[in-house]
Amino acid sequence: MAGHETYLLDRCHLEGSHTLDVYRAHGGYTALAKVLDEGLRPEAMIEAIKDSGLRGRGGAGFPSGLKFSFMPNHEKDRRPRYLAVNADESEPGTCKDRVLMRDDPHGLIEGVLLGAYAIRAKAAYIYVRGEYRHEYDRVAAALAEARAAGLVGDNIRGSDFSCDVWMHKGAGAYICGEETGLMESLEGKRGHPRPKPPFPAGSGLWASPTTVNNVETLFNLPFIINRGHAWYRTMGTEASPGNFLCGISGHVERPGVYELPLGISARVVVEEYAGGVWKGRKLKAWFPGGSSTGLLPASLIDTRMDHDGLRAAGSMLGTGAMIILDETACVARASEVIMRFYDHESCGQCSQCREGTQWLHQIFKRLENGQGRMEDIELLESLASGMAPGKTICALSDAAAIPTHAVIKHFKDELAEHVRRGGCPCPEQATGALREPAEASA
Amino acid sequence: MSLPDHLVAELDELVTHYPERRAALIPALHRCQEELGGWISPETMEACAAYFDLEPVEVYGVVTFYPMFRLAPPGEHVVSVCHNVSCDLRGARDILARVCEVTGAPVHGTSPDGRFTVTTVECQGACTTAPMFDLDGVYHEELTLERVEEILGGVQ
Repeated sequence: MAGHETYLLDRCHLEGSHTLDVYRAHGGYTALAKVLDEGLRPEAMIEAIKDSGLRGRGGAGFPSGLKFSFMPNHEKDRRPRYLAVNADESEPGTCKDRVLMRDDPHGLIEGVLLGAYAIRAKAAYIYVRGEYRHEYDRVAAALAEARAAGLVGDNIRGSDFSCDVWMHKGAGAYICGEETGLMESLEGKRGHPRPKPPFPAGSGLWASPTTVNNVETLFNLPFIINRGHAWYRTMGTEASPGNFLCGISGHVERPGVYELPLGISARVVVEEYAGGVWKGRKLKAWFPGGSSTGLLPASLIDTRMDHDGLRAAGSMLGTGAMIILDETACVARASEVIMRFYDHESCGQCSQCREGTQWLHQIFKRLENGQGRMEDIELLESLASGMAPGKTICALSDAAAIPTHAVIKHFKDELAEHVRRGGCPCPEQATGALREPAEASA
Repeated sequence: MSLPDHLVAELDELVTHYPERRAALIPALHRCQEELGGWISPETMEACAAYFDLEPVEVYGVVTFYPMFRLAPPGEHVVSVCHNVSCDLRGARDILARVCEVTGAPVHGTSPDGRFTVTTVECQGACTTAPMFDLDGVYHEELTLERVEEILGGVQ
């Protein structure tokens, strides 16, 4: 495989990579020192981030500098300001932020401090999904080290910049990865997303100006500050600069989290990095960026892994989490599993989502189990069209509708074959090796 | 019932992290579940409501929204098997079946000897090391049927 410049995972393999000593020995906290020693104005930092072209790594790909600039003018608006760090990584297929938190927690903390500086935040909250106990403990321990070293809290490194950074533990709800659901949850409530507007920058945590950023997004900031936007733009593409963490799971020989330049061919990721489809089999379908991005057929494997490339192919980069299905896998089964998930995770506020995800789940389930009807395919399409886009408070409904449209677009024949045969035609399911145990009676 | 003194002391510190006390509710419920029998009993909800100056029903509303909070006491050990797509593609159903066989527990139930509770969970963020389960808060990844037996057989 061709060599490319890396930075995101470079420290992760070091012995003791999670400690302050190792982080400092490898350039840690020098970006923070540079900003504070030079007295860089927050507005100038936001310009630098804009110039880098960094786009959010949480799924939406929104330009990060632009998002920071949405915060109101601090002289006119005296409310306290907050940074919320989205470490609620829950999109199926996605496990990249986990690697950063576990193996390079100080890199995240420095990124958080720089983000907080840029928006003049009084405090930052790192919202970690409850299941990531080990990762939570790693970041909490790093935070304690940083606080003891005068890098977090009042008058950081003797400057007039003060910022508290706090850990916060979620409790297993996917919807809390949605930025307004996250804020509700952080306030101690059910994670019900809020209608927008108002956007978080206008009224977020405790009705104060708030910016919500993903872990990997903030992790990029120290590198951009230290090495400059021109360096950053040597990687990736014009519209999607930099490297990204690409998690690849499912039917490949070497699943893993790889640091790759945006714009890399999906075929290269599968064949060269992940060692190809496992067991010498052929590729059938792939999700480019988590279960809410529309799955694509094998014929589109030469698509570029960046925002524009995947949009042109009719899908999305999402969280960059590729899920690979080999020729024996069943797209109806995969859809059933994914819709069960969205059904389970819908917060229930909007009827389109609450009812729609349940219907999609039940219909894919009956198709897979051989009780489907030909008109079910049309019904799936009609339901998905009623659920999205823009018909609900948040995008969870879209996250279920998008893969539904995609599976019909690319694999309608296979769904119809389930109906004609009265069962699953795919060899994996036909082996009988997969059994589902009984559930406890209620 | 009121919360034990050591938990109250911990929560008194926790609420200082936020501009409003209520924000500490979910982290506080985690600590209660860890310290008070592995679940959130009605008495725990009432005690938390009193501590946070909320109506008990508000606490109930929060507890029931979040899948990590248990509304019934679990067995001595809890096995949470991921059944989402990346794990499903790599044999999660077989892993689940073997977990149930080895522990004697049904899915979403507890074994007759009270030792194991088995449950399915949605994506745990261990997709590139699938299939996986969480045993008492610790991830076990790249599972095989043999590893399932070894791990569960080694539980005291």
